[in-house]
Amino acid sequence: MESLNFAFDGGRPLASFAPTLVGVVASGNLEVLVEPSADTGCRITVDTSARGFAPVWEAVLRDFHERHGVAGLAVAIHDMGATPAVVSLRLDQAIAAIAGDA
Amino acid sequence: MTAVAESPWTRQRDDRAARLARAGSLAGVRGKLVDADATISLLEALIEPGDRVCLEGDNQKQADFLARALAGVTPGRVHDLHMVQSVLSLPEHLDIFESGIASRLDFSFSGPQSLRLAQLLGQGKLRIGAIHTYLELFGRYFVDLTPKVALVAAQMADRQGNLYTGPNTEDTPAIVEATAFKSGIVVAQVDRIVDALPRVDIPSDWVDFVVEAPEPAFIEPLFTRDPAQISEIQVLMAMMAIKGIYAEYGVQSLNHGIGFDTAAIELLLPTYGERLGLKGRICRHWALNPHPALIPAIEAGWVESVHSFGSELGMEDYVRARPDVFFTGPDGSLRSNRAFCQAAGHYACDLFIGSTLQMDMAGNSSTATLGRIAGFGGAPNMGSDARGRRHASEAWLRAGREARGGLPGARGTPRGQKLVVQMVETFREHMQPAFVETLDAWKLAEQAGMPLPPVMIYGDDVTHVLTEEGIANLLLCRDDEEREQAIRGVAGFTPAGRARDRAMVDKLRARGVIRRPADLGIDPRDATRNLLAARSMRDLVRASGGLYRPPRRFRNW
Repeated sequence: MESLNFAFDGGRPLASFAPTLVGVVASGNLEVLVEPSADTGCRITVDTSARGFAPVWEAVLRDFHERHGVAGLAVAIHDMGATPAVVSLRLDQAIAAIAGDA
Repeated sequence: MTAVAESPWTRQRDDRAARLARAGSLAGVRGKLVDADATISLLEALIEPGDRVCLEGDNQKQADFLARALAGVTPGRVHDLHMVQSVLSLPEHLDIFESGIASRLDFSFSGPQSLRLAQLLGQGKLRIGAIHTYLELFGRYFVDLTPKVALVAAQMADRQGNLYTGPNTEDTPAIVEATAFKSGIVVAQVDRIVDALPRVDIPSDWVDFVVEAPEPAFIEPLFTRDPAQISEIQVLMAMMAIKGIYAEYGVQSLNHGIGFDTAAIELLLPTYGERLGLKGRICRHWALNPHPALIPAIEAGWVESVHSFGSELGMEDYVRARPDVFFTGPDGSLRSNRAFCQAAGHYACDLFIGSTLQMDMAGNSSTATLGRIAGFGGAPNMGSDARGRRHASEAWLRAGREARGGLPGARGTPRGQKLVVQMVETFREHMQPAFVETLDAWKLAEQAGMPLPPVMIYGDDVTHVLTEEGIANLLLCRDDEEREQAIRGVAGFTPAGRARDRAMVDKLRARGVIRRPADLGIDPRDATRNLLAARSMRDLVRASGGLYRPPRRFRNW
């Protein structure tokens, strides 16, 4: 296991939303929990079964933040060896679910 | 050595007669029929040291009984053979090099034995002539690698020695033709000797000996993919292939490589493809083994014809019930033929799409990995432009226009081009990047003393690179730098992808060289497994009306 923490500044705050969970904890997959946060930025914690991929996570999550430009949220990721493609897809699904919610 | 009158022009025929005479006097040999327990002595009588011997074995069918018999001959009598064969897949295929029965090898593919082959080469136990593509190796059977003795596999023989090779005809006609018509000797193992064959695939006067093997020949269900294992990312990539390439070019004739990526495309035709109104406009003619994943598309009326390299276990009854689609004999069963299907895939198909383990920044791709000598079988034939092609089609002409538009001189001469698509997720299992700066193939060539790095598909033959991040159309790239950035631009978060020149990638996207899912009107969130026309093996069986019978290991009911 490896635990990683990221914080990205800027972006527009999301309107209030209910905590949202997408994905599953299964091999090659991941679970993403998005909750409202009082912070102005976007905080992301990652618990991953694969060690040594911090630079890839950083790139994937930075790309996510640039794509959506959202703030005021805390994201918790439980990863079981998902590829970056799956990670990006789950994050997009979570944001879409929140947008649908609002 | 032989009592037959010597003529300088009939040495091969005289030699053949002498060998047949030796074999004919053995106990257990009655005419063409040979007892199974006489097989080793038969081979010792027929084969001489230094002979070129073809042992039939491809990625599906294996002359496994004859392979074991050959491994059982006395190395003092039979040694230093030059083996020519499509595939090394059984332990016996390499045991004969370990024991000195054989010492030279020309082949196409060695998947399961690739590690041991590299080890034996390192120990100096064998010399490799070359690693070929299938069509190239068959070609050499008729030029400078003609077998003296061929050991082949058939499903049945009659008492005259006619062979029924049935659905798994595969390589047999090419091997037997090259051997029988150049004064060679053909020995066939069969599952059963019968009074009357369903049909004759190989006529008896091309066959010298027939042995009924104690066990049926081994056949691998190589092309079966369980739809339950297809991921959402593979669905997304399949959507991009259909909308961004097949529909765009109007691809009518094609070949699919093995794998879950291409299975996903097959399973999306009757759903996503139907929704896009593409039925009858794409994917009508196939050079393809009977992939179970194609059943839903066939049942929905998408597919007009399928010619096959080999068969697929469990598909026999389904194929038999769909003779308008598949090539079948008067008896009703499939007739496959690897040589013809390779030629068909090379010359008569608009598109090849397949996967790879590694691609470099010039677009060269290879499944070769360090410490293994594997070869590529048929992929290089399918995945290369057929420069001898002259018949036009919409897809071929458009690809040619894109590649040559505005070029001067010979390079600008109007002609078409085959679409060669490499479909790869940017990361494979265990986070291995599919995009690399240097292929392992280069180091492997050095390690094994090969004259060339073992590249599967050459970069200048690849027209499109498809990943979950987008499609790079290499036809539209006008120089090496554009090509490199187009590839980096779809290489995702791999180190090679992160090293992209962002400004240039943006420019390539503006020109349509790179197209993201959004540029194609595809929302990745729509890429769900619900789009698959079958989501399990059971769904495939249902789609076939119960005619498809999957091998047990694919069944969980």
